[in-house]
Amino acid sequence: MMLSEESVKAIKERAGRYPHRKSAILPALTIACRQLGYVDETVYREISKIIRIPMVEVAEAATFYTMFPKAPRGKYLIQVCHNISCALLGADSLIGYLEQKLGITKGETTPDDLFTLISVECLGSCATAPMMQINEDYYENLTRQKVDDILQDLRSKA
Amino acid sequence: MFYSPVRTNASEAEKNEKLHLFKYVEDPQQKNVETFESRNGYSAWKKVLSSMSAEQVIEEVKSSGLRGRGGAGFPTGLKWSFVPKDSPKARYLCCNADESEPGTCKDRVIMERDPHAIIEGMAIASYAIGCHLMFIYIRGEFGECIRSMERAAQEARDRGHLGKNIYGSGYDLDIIVHSGGGAYICGEERALLNSLEGERGMSRIRPPFPAIEGLYACPTIVNNVESLATVPHIINRGASWYSSMGTEKSSGTKVFSLSGHVNNPGNYEVELGFSLKKLIFDPAYGGGMKDGKQLKGVIPGGASTPFLTPDMIDVNLDYESLASVGSMLGSGAVIVFNEDTCIVWTILKLIHFFRHESCGKCTPCREGTGWLEQVVRRIEMGQGEQGDIEKIEDVCGNIFGRTICPLGDAAVMPIQSAIKHWRDEWQYHIDHGSCKVKSEFSFQ
Ligand SMILES: Cc1cc2nc3c(=O)[nH]c(=O)nc-3n(C[C@H](O)[C@H](O)[C@H](O)COP(=O)(O)O)c2cc1C
Ligand code: SF4
Ligand code: FES
Repeated sequence: MMLSEESVKAIKERAGRYPHRKSAILPALTIACRQLGYVDETVYREISKIIRIPMVEVAEAATFYTMFPKAPRGKYLIQVCHNISCALLGADSLIGYLEQKLGITKGETTPDDLFTLISVECLGSCATAPMMQINEDYYENLTRQKVDDILQDLRSKA
Repeated sequence: MFYSPVRTNASEAEKNEKLHLFKYVEDPQQKNVETFESRNGYSAWKKVLSSMSAEQVIEEVKSSGLRGRGGAGFPTGLKWSFVPKDSPKARYLCCNADESEPGTCKDRVIMERDPHAIIEGMAIASYAIGCHLMFIYIRGEFGECIRSMERAAQEARDRGHLGKNIYGSGYDLDIIVHSGGGAYICGEERALLNSLEGERGMSRIRPPFPAIEGLYACPTIVNNVESLATVPHIINRGASWYSSMGTEKSSGTKVFSLSGHVNNPGNYEVELGFSLKKLIFDPAYGGGMKDGKQLKGVIPGGASTPFLTPDMIDVNLDYESLASVGSMLGSGAVIVFNEDTCIVWTILKLIHFFRHESCGKCTPCREGTGWLEQVVRRIEMGQGEQGDIEKIEDVCGNIFGRTICPLGDAAVMPIQSAIKHWRDEWQYHIDHGSCKVKSEFSFQ
């Protein structure tokens, strides 16, 4: 089993809440990603057993949505919003700055597997632009100084 | 506890009798059920359960004139009245908290800072349509909102605002806080319902409308967070109080998310009919253009609404006034562009978004947004060809009005208006292979 006992329990609990168990697919994928950082066929199979629906239905949903990575990423997934309100306040230059600080280009992971950098669509933080999400947390009103501090902080925690 | 540092006009709302959605959003205690209760919270829910019939609730909301704040502006009470009264099936209410229209960041503030207001509004709406299990579909990226709503839901159960036989009325109601998987299209109500069922988030052909056949093929109402958070105030203070605000056809207040090149980006609750110019330039709101630059254009209602030029911003923010200048109120996301913004660059960002988010179900939208992105990118890269502008117009014409859901129209409306207002700039791009103004925005 790839999913931990805790994840299995959480998925079962979610599935029990819905009038139809299939509704628990997205929450289950979310729980799996929180634990593993990504999902693949093995995980789809495990989820399908836990919520008792065909595996193909889990796979179909998983591949449609952007929030379920299909391969391992760095410990910290940095997602910079590149949509319009953020772009007007320098999202492109923020991405460039992160590329330079991390020594990678967008889409890549640092050799120590600590950081993956990608850019994404609007994250609903448009009036606090530019912004990025790292794992589950939002970082808003970014400046160079803030970015430096955030990266330093994450490195020291790693 | 983490809150978005976004600016709000809560201090104005605190003093102003009319503003109600934002009154307590700067108070970190407001999310706690005891504080919420001490400020009259859940009193509308109690009033409804103890003294009003479902029909009376619907009538009250109808006559308040409240219109949906999610984008389409459909009258809320009227929508509720479409749910069949005699259906043997379960009925469902889904609060739409997908908030992914670029520029929009208002529902998030209410979820993070005043979650019980949403639960109370959802409860009243549920009662009005005879629903006993309600859902809130929150975009998956909004971790803090999900935690905030989960916590509030548990508090509401613990305090007897939700559960079995609520306040001894015999009415049962529970809530499920559901998180999405990251897809703009899931904000569209029929795609949202598919997603909630565990399917891919694709739209459905209608009819049947969700009010007849929605979630699990049962009658379902989908309403935006802000629409629902307004409902308790209407019940408490009366439909005529609500309809006395705003304009005749656009009653009440609305939260506008102001972003882009202004000094004070933020979320501002104002009466409908408020001046767009004032929102951008008044020191109490947008505070004018950042770095003293000139205004080039405004998108008034989120990334899928047509642009306004500086000579058009003497307009009031209500459904009718914006329609009369060829745009839309949409979700109330006002995006401000300064003179250094290249229009082709801007449209490339937008069409990239819509192409990426097209669910692929209908050909005009799936193929058309792809072509549009290709041609716009070519022009932006300096490789545009004579006739490209006409090509774009042609493709837009072939998408508009020919798709299953409104995403197709949403994708083309800003482009059509950008060509109408700044055709010379598009032509310059093609003739010279470069921008007339260069969008080189650097962060601090
Ligand atoms: C592509 C697309 C995206 C949408 N996104 C949202 C959204 O994020 N939030 C929302 O409340 N409504 C959104 N809507 C509108 C919903 O379909 C629906 O009209 C709305 O949730 C109804 O609630 P209301 O009547 O309270 O506005 C979207 C519509 C479309 C076509
Ligand atoms: S218009 Fe686009 S998003 Fe909407 S159903 Fe058709 S392909 Fe999907
Ligand atoms: S445009 Fe970046 S968060 Fe909305």
